[in-house]
Amino acid sequence: MDAIILQILNGLDKGSAYALIALGLTLIFGTLGVVNFAHGALFMIGAFCAVTLSRILTLSHTIVDPERTDFLGNPLKVEVPYIHDLLGATAGDKVIDWAVPLSVLFAIPIMIAVGVIMERGLIKYFYKRPHADQILVTFGLAIVLQEVIKYFYGANPIPTPAPEAFKGSLDFGAALGFDPNVIIYPYWRIVYFGFSVVIIGGVFAFLQFTTFGMVVRAGMADRETVGLLGINIDRRFTIMFGIAAAVAGLAGVMYTPINSPNYHMGMDFLVLSFVVVVVGGMGSLPGAVLAGFLLGILESFASMREIIAIIPGINQVIIYLVAILILLTRPRGLMGRQGVMED
Amino acid sequence: MLKLTKSDFNLMLLVAALTLLAPFILNPFPTDSAMAQFNAGYPDLMQRFVIFGILAVGFNILFGLTGYLSFGHAAFLGVGSYAAVWMFKLLSMNVLPAIVLSVAISGLFALVIGYISLRRSGIYFSILTLAFAQMMFALAYSVLTPITGGETGLQLALDDPRIFGASQTPGGNIPVPSLFGLEMRESFDLVLGAWVFTFNFGYYFCALVLLASFYLAIRIFRSPFGLMLRAVKSNQQRMNYTGLNTRPYTLAAFVISGMYAGLAGGLMASMDPLAGAERMQWTASGEIVLMTILGGVGTLIGPVLGAGFIKYFENIFSKINDNVLHEWFAFLPDGIENFMVFIIHPFIGKGWHLTLGLLFMLVVIYLPGGLVEGGQKLAAWFQKRGQKTETSKSKIEPAE
Repeated sequence: MDAIILQILNGLDKGSAYALIALGLTLIFGTLGVVNFAHGALFMIGAFCAVTLSRILTLSHTIVDPERTDFLGNPLKVEVPYIHDLLGATAGDKVIDWAVPLSVLFAIPIMIAVGVIMERGLIKYFYKRPHADQILVTFGLAIVLQEVIKYFYGANPIPTPAPEAFKGSLDFGAALGFDPNVIIYPYWRIVYFGFSVVIIGGVFAFLQFTTFGMVVRAGMADRETVGLLGINIDRRFTIMFGIAAAVAGLAGVMYTPINSPNYHMGMDFLVLSFVVVVVGGMGSLPGAVLAGFLLGILESFASMREIIAIIPGINQVIIYLVAILILLTRPRGLMGRQGVMED
Repeated sequence: MLKLTKSDFNLMLLVAALTLLAPFILNPFPTDSAMAQFNAGYPDLMQRFVIFGILAVGFNILFGLTGYLSFGHAAFLGVGSYAAVWMFKLLSMNVLPAIVLSVAISGLFALVIGYISLRRSGIYFSILTLAFAQMMFALAYSVLTPITGGETGLQLALDDPRIFGASQTPGGNIPVPSLFGLEMRESFDLVLGAWVFTFNFGYYFCALVLLASFYLAIRIFRSPFGLMLRAVKSNQQRMNYTGLNTRPYTLAAFVISGMYAGLAGGLMASMDPLAGAERMQWTASGEIVLMTILGGVGTLIGPVLGAGFIKYFENIFSKINDNVLHEWFAFLPDGIENFMVFIIHPFIGKGWHLTLGLLFMLVVIYLPGGLVEGGQKLAAWFQKRGQKTETSKSKIEPAE
């Protein structure tokens, strides 16, 4: 029992990342009908927003500390971040420590801007082209974005720690009445899961309860009619693209403490999130979320030692196997609408 | 001739000339000149040209004719390489059985994967092939390490059994791949004045294989079978409505193109007997797609050109460094020189992939037909200009 709970918990954080990326992907597909292979790159750019902010916060200048001396007896030179001058030493350190959560605020405008520029500058011209062309051009864009990031940030992973307050783990088992130290779960992963639930809830609420969301949903159902009613649906879809980019970016920001960001993390996640979208059903938002969590948990179950002992290597391929099975037996995915992209 | 139409025969002749004279064509600069770094006429690179050419020609039979975009084609390349290296390890260092086996094995894989994947079309097909390729990549890296060598890759060793051949050469080295005693790496340097041309046996072996596979591709393109595949691309639904089951045709195309990839993998292992899982990664599949698109999808010669183009620039761009750039722009004033180097720097050396990505986007956006379409457009433009001047002349003439 405790092992099962542990695996479910382990699957949640990866599942959250899958769900967030897949949500953005399927949002873009549902609104614009575009297959976006550059979505993983957006996830990666989000992660590098966090890196950038923590670098900006630690920008520092050198001052001479008259009270301390180095080993030669000269006054010691110390590096002082500008933020100390601005906010004082304690508050400044606190801000630097909280760089990753703060990056969420930093990343939102950047990601929306990136998304809107991408849609207006490139994707717009590909609505009427075949899906293969869309895949190819966004694949090219993904390579370009990835290489630009590699040029500025180097090829090595950049560790970006979580705030001090979230270091350590929660003894989940003890709280539930099991033996202590059996089910332990890092605090940050709980934060990540909570964060993704909030974001997913936010996106759904936005679509469900606002006028803007209503129009977008109407546009997803029948774009032409909405356009004929005199509504500028294109502009709303552009904004949705920006929001989808922001969702992917935020998923990336918060993922940095779990996995140090590197330039190819987007590609690594992209293939899997595509599989997630397909399993959930192209264009189905709840399907993407459900499939994201399901596959995340399934993957962590498959990496249990007992299961690997029976079927070696299953943890590496389980997601693909499930996807192949789903595609062959139920091509519209778990929750896809009947008749949408079924062939 | 050769059961080809005249234009196809000319195309075949063109490819034959390009490949057989490659050591000359690719070595236009004297060996000691500053431009010598743009020479591509050394065996390793030339072999890569033709091997990737075969790969792209094969991919084009699937994507160019049927429109099915496979994003997992590199998997067959990897399987072919592994099969060939195992043949070297177990049987003999002769390349023929190795290549035959790699074609057969990858054809088998293609049959299974194609049978399943072709039940869906469009983006689902792409994702299915991608999923299969990623699965094979992941397995080759982890569980199948005894067969694939895992992260280090599959290499020859001194204690390989090699039933029809020695495990070691008399000197205690690992023997090299050969064709009935003729070693693949054997080459002959022709010195003509300041130029040195290298003729490599391995390269010519690959080139002949390329010619054979190119010929086969032409025949497929012009056959009723090829016509059927084209019909699938233009309107599969209508084909189905007329009561025709298209799946055997698409499956055949998939298997053929998988076998081409396996052939390329086998050749790759024959030139350099090792195989690694990174050959199967999905970015490698993306590169195959790229070559085909860049050259021109659905055209005969496009993929060959695309493969050569990408491999050439990959090699050259990654070799250029800042010092070379400084040399080039030395004629400019210092400030401008440094500025130019600064601008170009991200695109060269390790930044080659950036250039590639940009190029790829530009081609997909502006030139969906690839280099071939670009060439045709250019030719048409020149023709039009020629005609215009002619007509203006003819207009003037009556007035005289």
